[in-house]
Amino acid sequence: MVRGLFSVGLLAAEDGGTIHAGDGGFWADTAGIMLVLPFVAFLLILAFGKRLPNKGGEIAVGAMAINLLWASVLMIMNMTGGVLDETTFEIARIGSGIVFELGWVVDGLSIMMYFLVSFVGLLVFIYAIGYMHGDRRVDWFFAAFSLFAGAMLILVGAPNLIQLIIGWEGVGLASYFLIGFYWEDLDNVRSGNKAFLTNKVADVGLILGAILIGVSIHSFSFADLAKAATDHSTELGAVAVAGGLLLFFGAMGKSAQFPLHIWLPDAMAGPTPVSALMHAATMVTAGIYLMARTFPLFQNLAMDARTLMIAIGTITLFAIGLLALTADDIKKVLAYSTVSQLGYMMTAVAAGGYTAGVFHLFTHAFFKALLFLGAGSVIHAVHSNNMSDMGGLRKHMPTTYWTFMVGSLALAGIIPLAGFWSKDEILATLGHEGYTTVMWIAIAGAFVTAFYMTRTVALTFFGSYKGHGEPHESPRVMTAPLIGLAIPSIFVGVLNIPGVNWPGIGNFTEWIGVRVVAMGDYHPKSVDWGLAAIGLAAAVLGIVLGWMIFARDRATQAERDALEVPVLYPLLRRKYYMDDLAWGLVNTTRGPLARFVNWTNTYIIDMVPNAIGGVTKAVGGFVYGILDQRGVDGVFNGLSAITDGAGSAVRKWQTGRVQQYAAAFVAGAVILVIVFVFFI
Amino acid sequence: MTFADWISEPVNWFFLAFGLVVLFCGFRVVTAKNVVHAALYLVGALAGTAALFLLLSAEFVAWVLVLVYIGAVIVLFLFGIMITRAPTGLDEGLDSEQKALPALLSAAVFVMMAWASIDAFGTELITSTGSPTATELLGQSLLGRFVIPFEIVGFILLAALVGGITVARRDLTPAEEEERSAV
Amino acid sequence: MVLNQFLILGAALFAMGVYGLLVRRNIVLILLSVELMLNAVNINLIAFESFLVTSQALGQVFAIFVITVAAAEVGIGLAIVLMIFRNRKSANVDDLSLMRW
Repeated sequence: MVRGLFSVGLLAAEDGGTIHAGDGGFWADTAGIMLVLPFVAFLLILAFGKRLPNKGGEIAVGAMAINLLWASVLMIMNMTGGVLDETTFEIARIGSGIVFELGWVVDGLSIMMYFLVSFVGLLVFIYAIGYMHGDRRVDWFFAAFSLFAGAMLILVGAPNLIQLIIGWEGVGLASYFLIGFYWEDLDNVRSGNKAFLTNKVADVGLILGAILIGVSIHSFSFADLAKAATDHSTELGAVAVAGGLLLFFGAMGKSAQFPLHIWLPDAMAGPTPVSALMHAATMVTAGIYLMARTFPLFQNLAMDARTLMIAIGTITLFAIGLLALTADDIKKVLAYSTVSQLGYMMTAVAAGGYTAGVFHLFTHAFFKALLFLGAGSVIHAVHSNNMSDMGGLRKHMPTTYWTFMVGSLALAGIIPLAGFWSKDEILATLGHEGYTTVMWIAIAGAFVTAFYMTRTVALTFFGSYKGHGEPHESPRVMTAPLIGLAIPSIFVGVLNIPGVNWPGIGNFTEWIGVRVVAMGDYHPKSVDWGLAAIGLAAAVLGIVLGWMIFARDRATQAERDALEVPVLYPLLRRKYYMDDLAWGLVNTTRGPLARFVNWTNTYIIDMVPNAIGGVTKAVGGFVYGILDQRGVDGVFNGLSAITDGAGSAVRKWQTGRVQQYAAAFVAGAVILVIVFVFFI
Repeated sequence: MTFADWISEPVNWFFLAFGLVVLFCGFRVVTAKNVVHAALYLVGALAGTAALFLLLSAEFVAWVLVLVYIGAVIVLFLFGIMITRAPTGLDEGLDSEQKALPALLSAAVFVMMAWASIDAFGTELITSTGSPTATELLGQSLLGRFVIPFEIVGFILLAALVGGITVARRDLTPAEEEERSAV
Repeated sequence: MVLNQFLILGAALFAMGVYGLLVRRNIVLILLSVELMLNAVNINLIAFESFLVTSQALGQVFAIFVITVAAAEVGIGLAIVLMIFRNRKSANVDDLSLMRW
């Protein structure tokens, strides 16, 4: 039985205007096909995958392509008129009138996620056909991959907390399969376990939060939750902060917020396409999505929860970003970068920037998937994850190089690429909401981001090749998705330039504002060019400094074969001209000016970048070595040691003698009866 | 109600007789040193129980007890004892050495239950003696209101039958299997 | 007849069953003790039925269910005992302490 919850209606927007929304007609009523198809693909691949030429990859791609068709149609409908619909099937009634339903929501936020998962998923699947070609268990890979995407679609389509939890656990399960995909190596199995268990810790929070909220408003539906929150319901208000924090704790696990971020770098053990999908559209975005989905709760009732959320988000975005500086594994650099960007999103959403956080999620998905696929292409070519085995690849792999470059610049926040606009929106929101300190930390984070991405690019694509064999550009099936992701990485940012309404389609803010209730979040009405310039300056500074430090390390080594690497060190080379000039002056005139110029050059000019770079590196090393390895990991190790010790103590009771157990059972029964009869 | 009042009723003489049989046999079931004797004492306890059921005007259940338990279950037990080659003679090692705690626990169970019964019902009388419950009523109840539990219990019995055979069946060795398929 | 005379008899029988369950080593004897306990429950059910006289003879119906389930339990239980005996050449619970650390 299908029932449409929302008819065509007018919804009040934050600025007093109205949002028109249709019910989406056929496409919304059948949107559930997107939730089902990946599971059909999963079963089909398990059944027939082995016999197909691409081991089931074509089924996975086909399912995702159909999904993308639906998502695109809905996306366009939502751009032009707004779509708001919900289809649910009643499964059971729980207790007094709480209805358990499954179904799908079609509104601005979920359409955006449908599109994101389908689009990125399709490209990653296509890429995976090339990447996984000839590998072990390819059919199982595609089956689990379809399951992964399908569980995420279940999650984002969920009309209530229960279905969200189902999808949430499904995502966790599929990620476990995929992280531990090469299970012949024990380390990979451990990584899978670590991811699964860390997420499970957080899931307890999610489940408790869901129960708390669901019982207080007698409904698990997100629509009811949003309405209760905007009506300032007293029942919900009583549990809002506790429930909000519990939900946030759940989100911390999936979205890898400090200190539960520890699983994400290890999750790199899986095949690279998995990392791409996990970091872009599925899994780690789930926590942000949950925060965005329950945003009215935090905006209207659970304001007190925000301080903690912002604090954690800020720590994540800055401290974890620094870790990327010390990593040699290119995938780990990108993983730390993802954690840092998730910190941005979480901070934004927690600070009341629904639009800013979701928009960053949207743009980040494209360029982070691009970066991971690019890294995968590099790894595919050099057969190593370590950047110390790479270098100079820009000539061998031009397509990978250019697309990776686009992704890096977008991530660094260079105008006019996607990351610039979304990061700027976050900064503007933070500034407007009064979190000035956080805003400056975020700007510093932008500097760090640009810095390590420059390092990555320099070590990977510049200098001389240090690996073995002759790297080749990846096949077309892998480079085509790179281009397919590079294009949106360049352009999607302009969809949400503050104050710009594109004729006919409006802007991103309007699209994701199509919800049951108005979100009431702040979003800038015009571009604050001053702030944008500061953010951009931080990014440029990061790039320049990164270049000076990491490209020069390369050059000292490359100096000997200077003919091989003649160009593309413009800044560095200019510095060498200055050196030459200074030495020339010293040699010819031996005057004090020459000595001064020389001294300035060697000490001051060199010192500034070296000092800043050194400090940044040291802080990164400190955060990694002390806080992460000893502090956070120490807490977890301590907890596990306690559990282990308690287990050793208690296991002695487990004698294995059934009759001792039975005796304990009888004694317990007697004691219980005595307690109940005498004391209650 | 005094003990004299109670003992003056003839029906209580029967209760006393059968009850003592049940208690004695029950006690011997858990203390007998001979496995076969223990099983046979269970027969005595069940027979005494069946007699008590007759006193309580539950004729049908009493006969079911005799047929199912004494007729079938005990035979099954005896089979079990024979097949597992349990020591059929006297065996001192039949019980564990730790007897104090179990005795204490079972005494606690008894005191607790007896105390609860006395506390709740005191000396309330069973007044419905005389006419036995019509088996027709039982049948209508079983196939009427309780028809679904009845079917489920039937299914459980079937499952137990199949499960019992499956669990107890000895898997053939490859050689035996070959031999069997050749025939 | 007093209701309590049956209830206390049932309690005594049940307590004996508990004792046997905890003391016996032979699995077959443990099953016998369980039968004793089930029988004690039956006595209670029948006594209450006689005391309350329900229109649908509920106590007796449930006693029949208990007997049936007990029969199934004995069947399965003895099959398991048989298998354990075949695998471990013993029907002694002390030899079956594999369920431990």
